[in-house]
Amino acid sequence: MTPAQRIAAKAAIWLVALLPLPLLTLSVLRGALEPDPGEAIVHQLGLCALWLLAASLACTPLRQLSGSVEWLRLRRLLGLFSFFYACLHLLAFALFIVGFNWQQLLTELSERAYIVAGLAAVICLLPLAITSTRSWQRRLGRRWKVLHRLVYVAALLVMVHMWWQVRSDYGEALFYSALLGGLLLVRALRKA
Amino acid sequence: MSSRFKQFAAGQKIPASEITPEPVYRARREIIAGLSAAAAMAVLPAACADPGDKDAGAVAVSMPGARTDGAAHHAAELDYKAATAAHRPHGFYTDEALTPYSDATRYNNFYEFGTDKTDPARYAKNLSTEPWSVVVDGEAEKTGTFNLEDILRPHTLEERIYRLRCVEAWSMVIPWIGFPLGAMLERFSPTSRARYVRFETLQRPSEMRGQRSKFGTIDWPYVEGLTMAEAMHPLTLIATGMYGKHLPNQNGAPLRLVVPWKYGFKSIKSIVRISFSEKMPRTTWNLLAPHEYGFYANVNPKVDHPRWSQANERRLPSSLFNPRRIATQMFNGYEAQVGALYKGLDLKKNF
Repeated sequence: MTPAQRIAAKAAIWLVALLPLPLLTLSVLRGALEPDPGEAIVHQLGLCALWLLAASLACTPLRQLSGSVEWLRLRRLLGLFSFFYACLHLLAFALFIVGFNWQQLLTELSERAYIVAGLAAVICLLPLAITSTRSWQRRLGRRWKVLHRLVYVAALLVMVHMWWQVRSDYGEALFYSALLGGLLLVRALRKA
Repeated sequence: MSSRFKQFAAGQKIPASEITPEPVYRARREIIAGLSAAAAMAVLPAACADPGDKDAGAVAVSMPGARTDGAAHHAAELDYKAATAAHRPHGFYTDEALTPYSDATRYNNFYEFGTDKTDPARYAKNLSTEPWSVVVDGEAEKTGTFNLEDILRPHTLEERIYRLRCVEAWSMVIPWIGFPLGAMLERFSPTSRARYVRFETLQRPSEMRGQRSKFGTIDWPYVEGLTMAEAMHPLTLIATGMYGKHLPNQNGAPLRLVVPWKYGFKSIKSIVRISFSEKMPRTTWNLLAPHEYGFYANVNPKVDHPRWSQANERRLPSSLFNPRRIATQMFNGYEAQVGALYKGLDLKKNF
């Protein structure tokens, strides 16, 4: 891949990853998310984080399949965007659902186990986002790789976060679990 | 009770001449549509009322003849005021702001059409509700299959404005049009062995895509139930319309239950079977997750759902920076009317 191609690939990721924000804004303005726009926004932001997490997890298997290291150069950007949407998802929840009422937030966290699982996933991603820079990578050396295995824990927590919300139809939870689980499974099979 | 109904009830064949010609029952149904004018008027005074004037507002009255000319409007308004005072103690109406029609009709839980809130509005159009009949069976003297028109005929429609509290912790305020369930059940002469009433929703996978889902865990048809005392309570309504119009399919056309002091899932939609029984019916959500959904499912801020708190609710429509979180009331605010039904019952165990 030439430097120009690399820049094009990164620009495409920026474009696609940021696209949901104007689309969501437009939906809100059109009133398409009524009567519960907050809930809809929280849900959509969560799905964005999930898809980007899956995309970042797909980079390693893609490198192994194609033999090209180029995929790894895109991984950091995808991972950071996933973290970005996970933070927005959490922020939107605090803002639109809880209304920044701290007492209510504590109640929600203590009573809704799936929210705790989601929060734990975001917490797992935090050190990964911080140490995503090249200087941190150098500073941590071999430990960087070990640390970044936390993303597997985050992926598992995301699945728990989804399954705990299932009421009667598990189609959606199954689909996303297959997506994330498949990407984790590829790694396990490689190792074995 | 009409003699024709008795004939029906006795299982006799109805002579062709006795069957209501379509134009006639259509006209009858239009009476409901005529109510829209009344309902619109009912809403107006509430919207522009002096906040101190607690008696102004919408209330349960059926006024098929009402039109929007000035004098009639004024008279109607006075009627509402008078009726309001009489109806408030019964819980038949509330002057809380109505949920907009567009929200009440596109944010629904009706899993027969899919589990997403927008699925029912999108897919319920395909449901054909004519002709419609209801099977009545079990512990009653008059059982059989009755067509919708004969079920509705003797009843006077009235408007009731109720709070609707979903088990998922959101709520709405909806003006229903219907009649008390008890009045209808009496016509079937339930026997002394009838202790519960069981209701069943239509099962028609060809028109109900949620029933075709491969990943759904609900064992169709959807079943709900009430004790006889709950069923006969004056607050318990059979609704055929809302907001002065026919029930849209996604809201449970053509015939649904409304039990305002219970979580929304008890208010079963598109009813095709009513059975009187001695035993407590096995209801859908209770079968699916007995630790999460009890048979009674009374709105109770002190008994949490295992996965979330029931202490408060979000009143829809909510806007982005105002989640409209309000405290959930015991029995959804109908404690004065229904509290006595549960005297001595441990509501933590019988949730």
